[in-house]
Amino acid sequence: MRNDYDIAVVGGGLLGSAIAWGLGRIGQRVVVLDEGDVTKRASRANFALVWVQSKGLGMPAYTVWTVRASETWAQLAADLKDQTGLDVCLQRNGGFHLALSEGELEQRANTLKRLHNQVGAADYQVEVMDRDRVAAMLPAIGPEVVGGTFCPLDGHVNSLRTFRAFHTGFKAFGVDYRPEHPVTAIAQSGGEFRLATPRGEIRAGKVVLAAGNANQALAPMVGLHAPMGPTRGQIVVTERTLPFLPHPLTTIRQTDEGTVMIGDSKEDLLDDSGLDLSISTVMADRARRTFPLLGRLNVVRTWSGIRVMPKDGFPVYDQSESHPGAFVACCHSGVTLASNHAYALAPMIAAGQLDATEVGAFTGRRFAAMATTGSGYY
Amino acid sequence: MFKRLQADTRKPVGIFVDGTAVTAREGDTVSAALLASGLDVRRTTAVSGAPRLPYCMMGVCFDCLVTVDGTGNRQGCLITVREGMRIEIQKGKREIGR
Amino acid sequence: MSAGPTRSEYDVVVVGAGPAGLAAAATAAGAGLSTLLLDENAGPGGQVWRAIDTTPVRAPDLLGRDYWAGAGLVAEARASGAEILQGATVWGLDRNLEVAVSIGGGSRFVTARRVVLATGALERPFPIPGWTLPGVLTAGAAQTLLKSSGLVPEGRTVLAGQGPLLWLLAAQILRLGGGIDLILDTAERANWRQAWRYAPGFLFTPYFAKGLALMREVRAKVRVVSGVTALSAEGDGRVERVAYTAGGRRETVPVDTLLLHQGVVPNVNLAMAAGVKHAWDPIQLCWAPVLDETLATSVPGIAIAGDGAGIGGAPAAVVRGRIAGLAAVEALAPTAVRRGPSMETLRVARDRAERGRRFLDLLFRPSRAFRIPDGDTVVCRCEEVTARDIRDAVAIGATGPNQLKAYRRAGMGPCQGRLCGLTVTELMAEARGMTPEEIGYYRLRPPVKPITLAELADMPQSESAVRAVVR
Ligand SMILES: Cc1cc2nc3c(=O)[nH]c(=O)nc-3n(C[C@H](O)[C@H](O)[C@H](O)COP(=O)(O)OP(=O)(O)OC[C@H]3O[C@@H](n4cnc5c(N)ncnc54)[C@H](O)[C@@H]3O)c2cc1C
Ligand code: FES
Repeated sequence: MRNDYDIAVVGGGLLGSAIAWGLGRIGQRVVVLDEGDVTKRASRANFALVWVQSKGLGMPAYTVWTVRASETWAQLAADLKDQTGLDVCLQRNGGFHLALSEGELEQRANTLKRLHNQVGAADYQVEVMDRDRVAAMLPAIGPEVVGGTFCPLDGHVNSLRTFRAFHTGFKAFGVDYRPEHPVTAIAQSGGEFRLATPRGEIRAGKVVLAAGNANQALAPMVGLHAPMGPTRGQIVVTERTLPFLPHPLTTIRQTDEGTVMIGDSKEDLLDDSGLDLSISTVMADRARRTFPLLGRLNVVRTWSGIRVMPKDGFPVYDQSESHPGAFVACCHSGVTLASNHAYALAPMIAAGQLDATEVGAFTGRRFAAMATTGSGYY
Repeated sequence: MFKRLQADTRKPVGIFVDGTAVTAREGDTVSAALLASGLDVRRTTAVSGAPRLPYCMMGVCFDCLVTVDGTGNRQGCLITVREGMRIEIQKGKREIGR
Repeated sequence: MSAGPTRSEYDVVVVGAGPAGLAAAATAAGAGLSTLLLDENAGPGGQVWRAIDTTPVRAPDLLGRDYWAGAGLVAEARASGAEILQGATVWGLDRNLEVAVSIGGGSRFVTARRVVLATGALERPFPIPGWTLPGVLTAGAAQTLLKSSGLVPEGRTVLAGQGPLLWLLAAQILRLGGGIDLILDTAERANWRQAWRYAPGFLFTPYFAKGLALMREVRAKVRVVSGVTALSAEGDGRVERVAYTAGGRRETVPVDTLLLHQGVVPNVNLAMAAGVKHAWDPIQLCWAPVLDETLATSVPGIAIAGDGAGIGGAPAAVVRGRIAGLAAVEALAPTAVRRGPSMETLRVARDRAERGRRFLDLLFRPSRAFRIPDGDTVVCRCEEVTARDIRDAVAIGATGPNQLKAYRRAGMGPCQGRLCGLTVTELMAEARGMTPEEIGYYRLRPPVKPITLAELADMPQSESAVRAVVR
């Protein structure tokens, strides 16, 4: 019997969507199975950085993978624009991490040095800048800013529009998007996968698990391993204002629409229905010390989101030995890596084989090794 | 657009709208004073630049946004006029420093 | 910075100084509970009794007896010992009953053992083509201008819509010497079929006689077109014409001011952000909190009184406020001496005050044409999202308001969905062939009213919060 679909992608967040778009683009018959309206969806809650600096301490391959994504993002933005007419507003003119004390600056510089000294790390430029050099590029900084680090590869994008562009685009490629189809069980029989959902069974030749933190539970159903350690992040957003910030920061960025997003808190909490106002206060306070003019803007929204976070912080891409045709993919920086997922990962999945030289480092089997030695990167 | 009651005996309050002197009354909200001023007080939106005037007068719609004494995006319908208040009609997005 | 609350903890914090909030605060404070009443406006009274202290419209019959009836309750609340703060915007409330309030440009937290939300109602969105044009206002807006500043519309004025408030406003404008050129009545005649069963209950309420008298007063002076089935505001940069269809005929009239109204709905933002469970009311066509007999919500310690508990009108709001206030007294000071009526008496009074409501709800149920727009009609005024945009989002897979936000930014502007939320729910429900309850609503979070970043930054910082950010 013929399968309904070549590939079922479980999860319609940024990761599943990028993969599905990439698969649709090369002619695969794809179904995306997703949850409904109220769900933990990092794709709707993220900070939208396309970010390189500081990524990969503990895993040089991650740095290489991230630099590559940053380099192919412009192509992705152009392809999405061509296909859907939606401008995702990629801006890649370098980004900052700013420090509010000498101690913070030193700690940052040390982290970056250790990162660069790793064997096999990609060679890209990150500069430590003193206050004057920062001020020349970001005139609005306040007196407390002592300096920062700058990486010319860093940038940001309109991530909600990217999300919409993927969904608009994969529909045009004939991908079947099915929200309100949470997958509860997966079985392989007769050379195909059967995915159980409350709205009936879906059959496909291959399956890709891209269900964020839910991958932890789904992966073992097909002989895979994806241990997760999610954290909660909060974001504060202001009203729209005229452009004042020419480069994104790790914690503050101005969107193409004019709003200012302030973010990057981290708590070990999994409830995204509430938030801690005291954290919003700390973030607001630091933002105001960084750019005093921000103090006058109105805050229009705050929210919290649960980060998709593999246990050691690095992506998991793997294929099953016991269930050939089953793949798992999850990572934190789904915005940054979207181009890789669309252009690199999707073709490998279509071909039925992950390329070990490119993504071998990201296998879920590394966690088994971690458990025996008892030491991880986290 | 709106006219005052003859029997209104409240004290006059002098304000400035884009530099023009306007007489409001004690207890008026900024939006009420603007709608009674006879001036063109339409703001334009930050999204598309469409013209708008107050719609709800109860703090809900944010179509009454104005710059009051140098601070942008204040809800005119919730602020009471004060002698000497300077009001500017906003066109598009506010500037960050104000 | 203006004076804030005198303490940081209260037995009862009441939000909203309309009929319900005043009654709740007076009842709680009257029994000796430390009570704080917070309200965003410059003076007490809420929407019905707006500007009761300061209105320039002093002749008693101009605003009507129901307006001046508020004076007694305002006096009672003031004498009760409750601390009343005006110009105080509550922008956050959580399960720990911590209330975040902004006063004079500065914010602080106050904690309560009981919170009564009496944030009242909003006018239902009226999304017709051109409703964002300058010169189109809600009837409630015109009424606010009239009560607090004695202003009446100048030039050609048209009122459109339906419901008791529209007729009351018309009468008030006329009494103050304002002119109305035309009233376009959008009430659906077919509604009588569902409503008539409840008519007997209504006939014995004071509303009936008052309503008839108002309509007679207005009709004697203004041309009224009934059975209006389509409506749009047109003009270049401001409203210049209103086009309408009645009896199958389309007409256009020139206009300077168009006032819209099709009823009110509960103001749910603060309650929803606090995590209070709400359900879709299929008769009033809006979200309403799920409440028990004493108006307690699903969140322990939070009660909702007044129109925020479901539309009931001012007299019902007063009784509901007393019930919520008394429930707080019974819980926190069971032995306190009580001067007011007993819970039993209040329940009877509440039933009486709410009698006839069902009839009004059904009779003035707004028709689909004015709730669920088509084409390029703006739904979200803040982010300028149209009905077509929303239908397109459904076509690529948006199942509810939250995914819609992600695709289109609807509901993400400063009004936080207050003027598009109901439309979005109903429109998506229709587009997907589901019920509004199944579609759901925007997830709301504090601040439910914008505050400045500086204000947020000046709030207390816990150690754990600092650790979560500075790593
Ligand atoms: C606060 C915050 C800030 C961030 N900032 C950035 C940033 O600046 N730059 C960056 O690159 N990344 C950032 N991220 C991360 C980025 O958003 C995520 O990497 C990305 O969204 C992950 O995509 P995903 O598809 O794996 O997960 P999600 O977006 O969470 O999607 C998972 C999907 O799977 C569905 N699902 C779950 N279980 C099932 C099931 N059983 N059956 C079917 N469907 C299921 C869910 O409903 C959901 O739609 C941030 C994240 C957060 C929370
Ligand atoms: S007029 Fe609507 S918020 Fe002021």
